[in-house]
Amino acid sequence: MAALALFKVFGSGGMQTVTLIPGDGIGPEISTAVMKIFEAAKAPIQWEEKNVTAIKGPGGKWIIPPEAKESMDKNKIGLKGPLKTPIAAGHPSMNLLLRKTFDLYANVRPCMSIEGYKTPYTDVDLVTIRENTEGEYSGIEHTIVDGVVQSIKLITEDASRKIAEYAFEYAKNNQRASVTAVHKANIMRMSDGLFLRKCRQVAENYRDIKFTEMYLDTVCLNMVQDPTQFDVLVMPNLYGDILSDLCAGLIGGLGVTPSGNIGANNVAIFESVHGTAPDIAGLDLANPTALLLSAVMMLRHMGMHDYSKKIETACFNTIRDKKVLTGDLGGKSKCSEFTAEICQRVRDMD
Amino acid sequence: RDIVLLWPPPAKYGGRHTVTLIPGDGIGPELLNHVRELFRFSCVPVDFEVVNVCSSTEDDINNAITAIRRNGVALKGNIETLHTLPASHKSRNNLLRTSLDLYANVMHCKSLPGVQTRHNNIDIMIIRENTEGEYSSLEHESVTGVVECLKIITRTNSLRIAEYAFKLAREKGRKRVTAVHKANIMKLGDGLFLQCCREVAAGYPDIAFDAMIVDNTTMQLVSKPQQFDVMVMPNLYGNVVSNVCAGLVGGPGLVPGANYGHDYAVFETATRNTGKSIADRNIANPTAMLLASCMMLDHLKLYDYATMIRNAVLTTMNETRVRLNSPRRCSPHTFHN
Repeated sequence: MAALALFKVFGSGGMQTVTLIPGDGIGPEISTAVMKIFEAAKAPIQWEEKNVTAIKGPGGKWIIPPEAKESMDKNKIGLKGPLKTPIAAGHPSMNLLLRKTFDLYANVRPCMSIEGYKTPYTDVDLVTIRENTEGEYSGIEHTIVDGVVQSIKLITEDASRKIAEYAFEYAKNNQRASVTAVHKANIMRMSDGLFLRKCRQVAENYRDIKFTEMYLDTVCLNMVQDPTQFDVLVMPNLYGDILSDLCAGLIGGLGVTPSGNIGANNVAIFESVHGTAPDIAGLDLANPTALLLSAVMMLRHMGMHDYSKKIETACFNTIRDKKVLTGDLGGKSKCSEFTAEICQRVRDMD
Repeated sequence: RDIVLLWPPPAKYGGRHTVTLIPGDGIGPELLNHVRELFRFSCVPVDFEVVNVCSSTEDDINNAITAIRRNGVALKGNIETLHTLPASHKSRNNLLRTSLDLYANVMHCKSLPGVQTRHNNIDIMIIRENTEGEYSSLEHESVTGVVECLKIITRTNSLRIAEYAFKLAREKGRKRVTAVHKANIMKLGDGLFLQCCREVAAGYPDIAFDAMIVDNTTMQLVSKPQQFDVMVMPNLYGNVVSNVCAGLVGGPGLVPGANYGHDYAVFETATRNTGKSIADRNIANPTAMLLASCMMLDHLKLYDYATMIRNAVLTTMNETRVRLNSPRRCSPHTFHN
């Protein structure tokens, strides 16, 4: 299997075009904030805004608009704000649709305690890598007879191998010491058993990285008592969903957690994972930190380490100094004020 | 016949009850030995019928199930599941729960005064559907390298567990029941579960009902666990949430759990750990198992004994000022009562 090109080095000096999907609710305002900060940092990024509201394609299947797909295929890199998902009805989840369209098989969420934003948990520094295409979220459900429903969890050898390989490559490229596979093979013997077997096989090729296996419930139990014992976690879809949100909660919530989705053909979409927050949409109260840190992850992915460091430092310093903070971080400032403060710091760094 | 008010089997001649005891693996045997010693010391009118289950044959677990059917009540340690064995070898614990139809797993997570944790004032009751959902053990490999695992949700069982949750909430004077689900993704399965909970909630206007998606729930639990009162959920989410809550109040050694069915009740530690790495070193915390045995005594209507032992356990913990993560010698603790 060819080595995964995780860090593409883009031509220096040239502008890189990135597809920007503002999203719903607070999406547009935080996207504007990120664009302003990137402008202040003079990052060589050109934004191409696209809308991804689901439309019914030929054959009756829900698809994303063709212009959005073309843009992503061309640019390979995307930044996305929050999208709405209806509960228990309607079209399938938009996020799921995007993932299926671009085969975004790995969801990476680094969770690091933010200095200045206190939570009961300190020194958290772990990464959750979640298989993003199959597992419990295959969307395959049937009503067998009235009152009996069956949901199918799908685990395939290919997907498990791909995610395991990504996890170990990530660990190697980011100097992480260990990878832990999270599973429930005592109950789901065949499915999680297959996942584990693949992880073990891939671990053979990465002898210098420690590989352990742990039950999901043990991970949850230990995570809330001592999260410092974990490094890189790799797991199927549902466990990844729950655990990545659990870890986000440890460092302060979805408002400050970045996330990236890596796909086949070097496509990557970085996103903020919080909701659309319809109650504060349009009121200039939103916190752009999550989307900003995801954009920083994106810069790193593209090899632009100087710009990513500059913007990230400006953001962390602003939070640490606690003078201009949005409501969810414990302050009283507006989104625009928070953004302006970060822009100022970025400019001062030059 | 009322669902929550299970009638325990009547006491035998002499007022003594017989309870099935399944030591299990890992720390199970030593913890249950502590329970037996304590019961003998306190002259509790309970006789234990010990049934050992070793993981290889089906006979052992069938004997255990028969013994529980006979006695009606059991106290058990966790039976290890070697997941390197083929899928035909099902988890013994799961087999026990489904054969006896122990449909409700109940766990009460309460902050204990002597225990230092990051969050305080936690008082959550978790009611978890115990027989179906993701634990149906129905898997097949359609094509080599493609495995399907079925998650079954039925209307009957969802209504049943929701009824149980609301009845228990009313009985204990609790104000709110929260259903935990993932119906935005599993629209049919969890959607059905949620719908059943809503239907049952309509019959209990005095108890508030709301629903929360499981990933948000875990996030809320680690930031503001005090907001939760009673929680009801399908099997797998129950596994995750109960372990998170156990961790929040101080760890697996402190929380007891109970599995109730229509006719039988089995008591164990809430997080069902085998604890192989700490077995036979006299460092396992017996509190969870001791409190589970108190729950069992309450079920047998031996309330005085239950209260006596419970108070002894909690007082001991307060006095010795338990510090978690520091190994404590197990036996002196037991005799301190």
